[in-house]
Amino acid sequence: MEPQKAGLIDRTTGIQAEDVHAWFDRLHALRGISMTIPERKVTAIIGPSGCGKSTFLRCLNRMHELVPGARVAGRILLGEEEIYGNGVDPVVIRRRVGMVFQKANPFPTMSIFDNAAAGLHLAGERNRRTLETVVEQSLRAAVLWDEVKDRLQKPGTSLSGGQQQRLCIARALAVSPEVLLMDEPASALDPASTLRIEELARDLAKDITIVIVTHNMQQAARVSELTGFFLDGELIEFGPTNELFTRPGDRRTEDYITGRFG
Amino acid sequence: MDRRYQVRRATNALMAAVTFGCTLLVLTPLVVILAFLARTGLSALNGDFFTQLPGAAGEPGGGMANAIAGTLILVALAAGIGIPIGVLGGTYLSEFASTRVSRTARFTADVMNGIPSIVMGLFAYVLIVLPMRHFSALAGGVALGVMLIPTVMRTTEEIVRLVPQSVREAALALGIPQWKTMLRVVLPTAAAGIVTGIMVGVARVAGETAPLLFTAFGNRFWNRDLLQPIAALPIQIFAYAISPFDDWHRQAWAGALVLVTLVLLVNIMARYAAGRQVKLR
Repeated sequence: MEPQKAGLIDRTTGIQAEDVHAWFDRLHALRGISMTIPERKVTAIIGPSGCGKSTFLRCLNRMHELVPGARVAGRILLGEEEIYGNGVDPVVIRRRVGMVFQKANPFPTMSIFDNAAAGLHLAGERNRRTLETVVEQSLRAAVLWDEVKDRLQKPGTSLSGGQQQRLCIARALAVSPEVLLMDEPASALDPASTLRIEELARDLAKDITIVIVTHNMQQAARVSELTGFFLDGELIEFGPTNELFTRPGDRRTEDYITGRFG
Repeated sequence: MDRRYQVRRATNALMAAVTFGCTLLVLTPLVVILAFLARTGLSALNGDFFTQLPGAAGEPGGGMANAIAGTLILVALAAGIGIPIGVLGGTYLSEFASTRVSRTARFTADVMNGIPSIVMGLFAYVLIVLPMRHFSALAGGVALGVMLIPTVMRTTEEIVRLVPQSVREAALALGIPQWKTMLRVVLPTAAAGIVTGIMVGVARVAGETAPLLFTAFGNRFWNRDLLQPIAALPIQIFAYAISPFDDWHRQAWAGALVLVTLVLLVNIMARYAAGRQVKLR
């Protein structure tokens, strides 16, 4: 079934990072990342644990700064807007750049419906009809609608792990973001659920820019058109996924993708 | 059989018996008190007890209606003061855990928890009774409310801290401002646990006598004016228990039974609330 996204995602944007540095207190976690993330494509970020890939992702929607002692330097452009510019409200940036986390995190006190509606509802949308429409659209977009349409009032946490993660994707899509960030979205899921999430990511990328962090190289190869390889806080190589995996330009990339370390 | 194994088995059986015995010992005072209260208190419990004012000294009959109402009013006042300050303060403590203010407040709350309740009464006496020049329900409510703050604050802090970071992040990543994330996502997630803490605190202060002695003071008549002295069950029980009249002694037991039942009810409600808390671990 073709997911129905009409009306939900009305525009999307690419992201341009220029010499981005990030710190946790004194730890220099990102050391000058520059990359252009094109719109309406899946861009994967791979690399060993601790290479800074999640940190980079969290810089893209200003979640990094929530950690006490965290700092960012450099420029990140969301379309035309410098997201770390003076007077830019991180809340507005986070509405434009949605995020799905490693572990599915539906709101434990909310029903399936309320979870999907949470972004709009908490932003002040009170019109029941609008909420119902958006909930259905976003659940359809996350290919969850058919499984939950008869039990929308059940707790979000009553779903299986894979369903919960798709509910989280629906929740993120419901506020019509321009970019969707996915931080190892399938690492806690079984292979079947993983495939569904990957399929979903590829599908959504027809309408929205997706950046996915993964430690799973096969996953990057399956879902993404572009891949960036991070190592020790630096972007070693960035290019079309099939080229990076078949003809890596850097020795370290080759060592990593052939499993010599990581 | 191996001799060491036999010794070990015997030791095991002995220790199991000792711990079981101690558990029974813990329950004994509670059971004895309840049985005694029921036996002596029930005989004086009747319709009059709940509807009538205290009788004249030495005359049989009369009730504690005003004291029951007074205790409810005092507890309501205490809750009105203690709950908002406690919940908001606890929220601050959990969200800004390592600031100097937080560490000081946490330490102060723990000290306050250990302060004898009569000192809390003194505090309200100096703060309210002395400037107003007379005892009042308000002063009693403040004394109890101040006692309630540390309990509510520390429970709130503990429960709110248990709400996983991932829940906050989910809300923040949706572009929900921090204050709204706190108010609409984190606090509701912790709500049942906070309510439990509140009820345990309320049950505790409801039975306090010492802080009321020179604040609410007690009153033999109906009083709806918060600025005047008001009756309270614990004070009434105390007054009746030290009186020379047999009928009043029986009524004191009845009052104690009512008070214990109230506290028990609140505790049962607290357990119910605790059962409704969503799992946080």
